[in-house]
Amino acid sequence: MLKTASVLDLIGVTKRFIAPDGVSPLVAIERVSFEVRSGEFVAVVGPSGCGKSTILNLVAGLDRPNEGRILLNQVPVTGPNPTVGFMLQKDLLLPWRKIVHNVEFGLEARSISRAERRERALRELQRCRLQEFAESYPYQLSGGMRQRAALARTLAIEPAIVLLDEPFSALDAQTKLILQKSFAQTIASSAITTLLITHDLMEAVIMSDRILVMSERPGRIVEEIPVDLPDRDNPMARISAARSREYVDHLLGSLHLQDKAA
Amino acid sequence: MTSSDPVTAVQRSGTRNAHDAAPHPGPSLRSGRPSPRDGVPATQGVAGSLSGERVPSRDSGEAGEGQSVLVVPGASRSSILLGSLGFGVVFLLAWQLVPPALGVPSYIIPTVTDLAREFARMAARENLAVHVFSTVTVAIAGFIIGSLLGAAMGYVLGMSVLIEKVLSPYILGLQIAPKVAFAPLFIMWLGYNSWPKLVVTILVVFFPILVNVLQSMKTVDRDLINLARAYSMSRMQIFWKIEVPASMPALMAGLRIGATLAVIGVTVGELVGGNTGLGYLITFGEGQANTAMVFDAIVLLTAIGIVLYGAVAVMEARVLHYIPRALR
Repeated sequence: MLKTASVLDLIGVTKRFIAPDGVSPLVAIERVSFEVRSGEFVAVVGPSGCGKSTILNLVAGLDRPNEGRILLNQVPVTGPNPTVGFMLQKDLLLPWRKIVHNVEFGLEARSISRAERRERALRELQRCRLQEFAESYPYQLSGGMRQRAALARTLAIEPAIVLLDEPFSALDAQTKLILQKSFAQTIASSAITTLLITHDLMEAVIMSDRILVMSERPGRIVEEIPVDLPDRDNPMARISAARSREYVDHLLGSLHLQDKAA
Repeated sequence: MTSSDPVTAVQRSGTRNAHDAAPHPGPSLRSGRPSPRDGVPATQGVAGSLSGERVPSRDSGEAGEGQSVLVVPGASRSSILLGSLGFGVVFLLAWQLVPPALGVPSYIIPTVTDLAREFARMAARENLAVHVFSTVTVAIAGFIIGSLLGAAMGYVLGMSVLIEKVLSPYILGLQIAPKVAFAPLFIMWLGYNSWPKLVVTILVVFFPILVNVLQSMKTVDRDLINLARAYSMSRMQIFWKIEVPASMPALMAGLRIGATLAVIGVTVGELVGGNTGLGYLITFGEGQANTAMVFDAIVLLTAIGIVLYGAVAVMEARVLHYIPRALR
């Protein structure tokens, strides 16, 4: 199999914070290295507080690593980068803007015409199957629809990589499944490179090509699991596959969750 | 896609995630802003809004709760309105009939008809229209200028953490100081004309708006700012595209308070000095032991305040149209 170019590389990345007591340094992540190749969907799982969101902030250029390097398309990340799109658990839609104007938001820092901006926003809304809600305000949409609008906004800037930080964790179980499928379809059909951060092991299994398991703080990558399952564009098919359960069981073991519950 | 069913979408949105993206329009403001209806002086806003921000209780409220607290069980809207009107009628009747029955002379408590008669006399003989016009003009001008200055200062302080930290003890001090007590000073400085009234009005309107705007600037969702930063937006773009719109609910709450305070400011200015305005008519009536004139002036001042407040409420409804009613 031909190895495609890597879009994102983390090489020995360490990030320390000042602890709340103001003296001792708090190591959020330590010597984290991995790569995400073009078109790949990689999930990062780990216990809470293991520095998953730190990775996201570093890749988005909102924060700098203390050690190590982060490369996007082989170029070091030195600050906020227009080729990274990120999405959080919160949809971060601006409540005073119509959906279409929310989708345009990321493009407003760029020098493109108003007409082109709108055209691109409408195209993304179509891709996320929200075109009939372009003129609605966020409060008129359900939680799931709002997350799809947030995805449309994220994709509108045509990012080289999309970072998803637990985008489904605020949703009820059924909406979550529907949205996972919706995201998976959109991402697969456009071959979007994606890094998903999640605490939901099943979600990692049914959505990704590869899973990185992180340890407790200081966060390190302790295992890398390629997900050898069909139907990456259809999580609903994967969720009922028996082998998905095996992957989840394996992850439970890797994270020593059984020991902790005892 | 079942999730794109518009009916369920609308029903669910108003109650749950509708304010995730903006902390201000929703629950935080309800607790954060000193509500003029509660009669809480606006100047308590500093401590109140600092501690009251981001109370998550309404976030957890499930569908329907938001509306149900607003509705009195078993009472329709029209019967509530009828009840209010009825109360007003009973109150006016009692005012008209009870004091004379108890032998209270009309120079202590004039009856409602006394007030109406005096009102007609003031309109005919005391240049009432001129006084009303003067009070209204100063109140509106002071309200507008005070609001603009307060908002501008709030945004400047909100943009600069350093200046805000340096000045915050003084802002707090000035906020606590009774602004109307400055009125005699302004008269000594500016003379017996409209300027002292205007300055007092500006001063009392200034602070609640400053504090509300500053508070909202400090509590803008960090994730929204980070989102804009991730999109490589400049500081000014973040200000105009995120911070200013996010501060609108707080600004509107400040304007509501300011509208009521503007009338107080202008009244005090007129009471202390000058020879025009409804506040002046109060001192004039007092000198003549004309109780009815004092009452009439108070009623008119209240009416002016209500109109000003109503105008702000109308503006607020237009500006904050994107916030579902139940949460506002």
